Amino acid sequence: MDPLCFLSALIFLPALGALILVAFPSKAVDAMRMFTVAITVLVFAMTLNLWLGAGSFDSSIATIQPVAEGVSKPWIPDWNIHYRLGYDGISLPLVVLTGFVCVLAALASWSINKLHKGYFMLFLLLETGMLGTFLALDFFLFYVFWEVMLLPMYFLIGIWGGPRREYAAIKFFLYTLAGSVLMLIAMLMFYFGSGREFSLIKLAELAQDGHTFDYTTQVIAFVLLFIGFAIKVPSFPFHTWLPDAHVEAPTPISMILAGVLLKMGGYGILRIAFPLCPLGAQAAAYTLVGIGVFSIIYGAFAALAQTDFKRLVAYSSVSHMGYVVLGMAVWKINEHNGTDFWLQGMSGAMFQMIAHGVSSAGMFFMVGVIYDRVHHRNLNEFGGLANRMPLYSGLAAGIFFAGLGLPGLCGFIGEVAVVISTWNFSPLLAIIAASGVILTAAYILWTLQRVYLGAEYKGPHSEEIDHMPFNAREAFVAFTLLITAIVLGVYPAIVFDAMNPTLQGLVDSLQKAAPADAATAVTQALQ
Amino acid sequence: MSSFGNLLEQLVKETQNTSLCHFAPELVLCATIVSLLLLRLLSLDRWIPTYVAVLLGTITSLGLAGSQLLGLLNGDTHAEPFFSGLLMFDAFGAFLRSLLALFLVLVVALTVLTGIPDREDAPDFYTLLLGSTIGMLLMAQANNLLMFFIGIEMTSVPSYVMVGFLKGRKQSSEAALKYVVYGAGAAGVMLYGLSLLAGVLGTVAIPEVSTHLATILGSGSGISDATSRTVILAILMVLVGLAFKLSIVPFHFWCPDAFEGASAEVAGFLSVASKAAAFGLLVRFVYAFVGGANQVAAEVFTGLGIAIGAIAAITVTFGNLAAYSQTNIKRLLAYSTIAHAGYMLMAVSAMIVILAGGRSIEGMDYRAEAARCLEGLLFYLFVYLFMNLGAFAITALLRNQTFSEKIEDFNGVAYEAPVLCVCMMACVFSLVGLPPLGGFWGKLVIFSTLFVSGKIHWFMWVMLAIGGINTVFSLVYYIQILRAMFIKPRAEGARPVQIPTAISNYALLITVPVLLLGMFPTWTTELANKVATILLN
Repeated sequence: MDPLCFLSALIFLPALGALILVAFPSKAVDAMRMFTVAITVLVFAMTLNLWLGAGSFDSSIATIQPVAEGVSKPWIPDWNIHYRLGYDGISLPLVVLTGFVCVLAALASWSINKLHKGYFMLFLLLETGMLGTFLALDFFLFYVFWEVMLLPMYFLIGIWGGPRREYAAIKFFLYTLAGSVLMLIAMLMFYFGSGREFSLIKLAELAQDGHTFDYTTQVIAFVLLFIGFAIKVPSFPFHTWLPDAHVEAPTPISMILAGVLLKMGGYGILRIAFPLCPLGAQAAAYTLVGIGVFSIIYGAFAALAQTDFKRLVAYSSVSHMGYVVLGMAVWKINEHNGTDFWLQGMSGAMFQMIAHGVSSAGMFFMVGVIYDRVHHRNLNEFGGLANRMPLYSGLAAGIFFAGLGLPGLCGFIGEVAVVISTWNFSPLLAIIAASGVILTAAYILWTLQRVYLGAEYKGPHSEEIDHMPFNAREAFVAFTLLITAIVLGVYPAIVFDAMNPTLQGLVDSLQKAAPADAATAVTQALQ
Repeated sequence: MSSFGNLLEQLVKETQNTSLCHFAPELVLCATIVSLLLLRLLSLDRWIPTYVAVLLGTITSLGLAGSQLLGLLNGDTHAEPFFSGLLMFDAFGAFLRSLLALFLVLVVALTVLTGIPDREDAPDFYTLLLGSTIGMLLMAQANNLLMFFIGIEMTSVPSYVMVGFLKGRKQSSEAALKYVVYGAGAAGVMLYGLSLLAGVLGTVAIPEVSTHLATILGSGSGISDATSRTVILAILMVLVGLAFKLSIVPFHFWCPDAFEGASAEVAGFLSVASKAAAFGLLVRFVYAFVGGANQVAAEVFTGLGIAIGAIAAITVTFGNLAAYSQTNIKRLLAYSTIAHAGYMLMAVSAMIVILAGGRSIEGMDYRAEAARCLEGLLFYLFVYLFMNLGAFAITALLRNQTFSEKIEDFNGVAYEAPVLCVCMMACVFSLVGLPPLGGFWGKLVIFSTLFVSGKIHWFMWVMLAIGGINTVFSLVYYIQILRAMFIKPRAEGARPVQIPTAISNYALLITVPVLLLGMFPTWTTELANKVATILLN
């Protein structure tokens, strides 16, 4: 199949599914559930085919595939806007992750108990938006998909969310929209600065010569872009939408939020902010590292203070995503022994995104399972669940350990890679970042103790636990997540192999873009 | 033969051969008005509903206006002044006329669906509606300062009556009175400005304005002499009159009251049509001055452009902030209308700045860039037609079911009228400016012209930032409508809402273009660009 057709089919298949759902009678809830799961499974199969299928992805190539400038068709010719798609070692793992998390989130959607048709339609539209964002290689197209995700998300939180859903939904919408407006302004700067070009690949090439976009432009554009993406990551101080949105969202949507949407921020930084403004990125490197480290510690302390189970998991996301920002930014100018540490930091950050996608989706799912039964999330009223639901508690413990970063599970690899590379950048910051791991262990172990251990469950709705046993569907989701966490933890090379050549290429081109004189310019500017 | 006879013969010839042809869309509307009154006089309206005649007339008018536009773009016909230079037959005018005629058809269709006006009042109402539209068509092609005034007044007087058309409602009468008083004041100021201009420049013909102005500004000592100052003062006074029609801050006070008092159909009509016509007039007016400006004038007009931009920025911000606390959906949409007028005024400001100051910037094809500004304005107007009419129309259609225009009374209607509410969602998000909807594209074009004109003066970049921030501001109040419809539960014991298919189809008909214009804007942007380029060259 023609690559452009295949990628378009991949992106728009969920949207098509949403259209077909209109024809379903409103009462056929089970049919709609199964249909949605079928669509997501099909999409996941297609993403796997993209990754493992013969001749579709060559992990040894650093550039965009299937062709270096992306497959494209003119979309709005008088503005030089193209419908340009493609994938490389940075986007492909995230595309696969999207397919994976969406299948599990669809399976977790049995707990939705009203307006099923609308829910599943929005769910599928959201998947289209996410896939499109990861596959778009035209700045304009990227922006469109980025915004397309907002609308379904607003309604998914606003209609099916918890008690404070309206507030959480509008807060999410406002934060992201504010970020996208900044991105829009940066987009115009690049568009007119480059002589009307939207292609991310061409813009990155132009940015590297250092003349098309001068130092000031790059710094301004980088700040605009970084704030836009940091809101999504979310980094301190732009993270306050996240606890509200995660807590109020229904379980499957929390899984998608944590598993995929947060990665868009990191992806945007790697795909747009860094390549398009290398000088700006260099100037901001120390700040970014600082923000990353602070987010790790801040998120962990905030998580320690929570009494709401879901809020705790939400703050753990802030903490874990701090490693992503940290790993990307450990770019030491005038490095004598090459850029190896930086590359390690980058791949650690990328790995952390995938690992967090698995572990956080799992943690939210586990919270959702118990919430469906006892209808509360107060950590102080749990306890003793291990006796009542042994299988559930065992799986939950495994997934929470993955979040904790226990060696042998996925959380460990990314954190270690990032912390080691940070040592080269600044030993002090590395020590602080590493101490975040201890805090993480503290809040997760304490949570496990309060929820699963203890003599017996004394909280409300105790009888519901017996009425609704941990069923096969839920066990399947949990097992899948745990197995994935173990596989990634034991054999991380599956992911590293796919992305390292691309990251190497990115690191090299960025390093080239910042010659010695630019480095001095940065130093002067800093003084 | 006497020279007077000669003149008369020539006049008759011109009128018969060209003018009446060019004037065909307006003539059809006039004929429709007459036939409406005759139908009632002969009591034929018992057998032939009034709206059939109106729809026939307006669709014919749309067809004529559209074919004129096509002819002008293909080069089959050429641009020329007609009626002795009072009106101008060109692509820009034809574009706006087609747009207005299309809008008129859609509004008439809406009134048929909502049943306002009732059978008894229908001929009166449609006479006013068509009469007002004829005035707008005149505004769109005015080529003479006198026609400026006549066009505006011909538009305004029927609108005053339409606002007060819901007889017996106190609010409605109050709104109409407010509108009349403000309108009369603004018209007076504008007329004074026009007479000053005509006196100083010695001409009322638009094409001659720029040469006369160049002589005046060139001969004296720049803007410091009295004549030049008089000209500037006169321009500002005329702009006040236009600002009233556009509901630009601080001449916007009538707008929320008038919209709240008028029926939603009339408010929708006024919010789009009178804006489109007034923007047409504004562009012609400022281009007459700025188009051929010399060096001295260029500086003055760059300043004027920036001043207009500052007012636009204030208008956008004010409109968006004032909309926050509204509980009546028509009032909320009225403030949104104010904000959108501000966005569109930004495009005009960028056009003035680029035309006046663009020549001195190296490497800038200033005419092409100015054409982009105008393209942005025209595209925005085109999208605005659908999205704003959509918002007002759905308000009107739902009002017929809920008997209220309070936002809280729309709580939960999405589950009883899903099609209407999804259409409302598309219109509202397009008003916010989210892709892939048409409103986004319009905003993007306007923002990009602000970015380009920032090379001439940094203030344009400030405007860009203000415009961007306002997009975020506006989300908060627009979402109130959707929150009520989709998230809030329906009130206990509320009357069930039942929407016939015809009404849902009408809503879809208006909303689908909003989506299409966002996803495939090329066709329209190219058309708008062509029209703009023809006008500015």
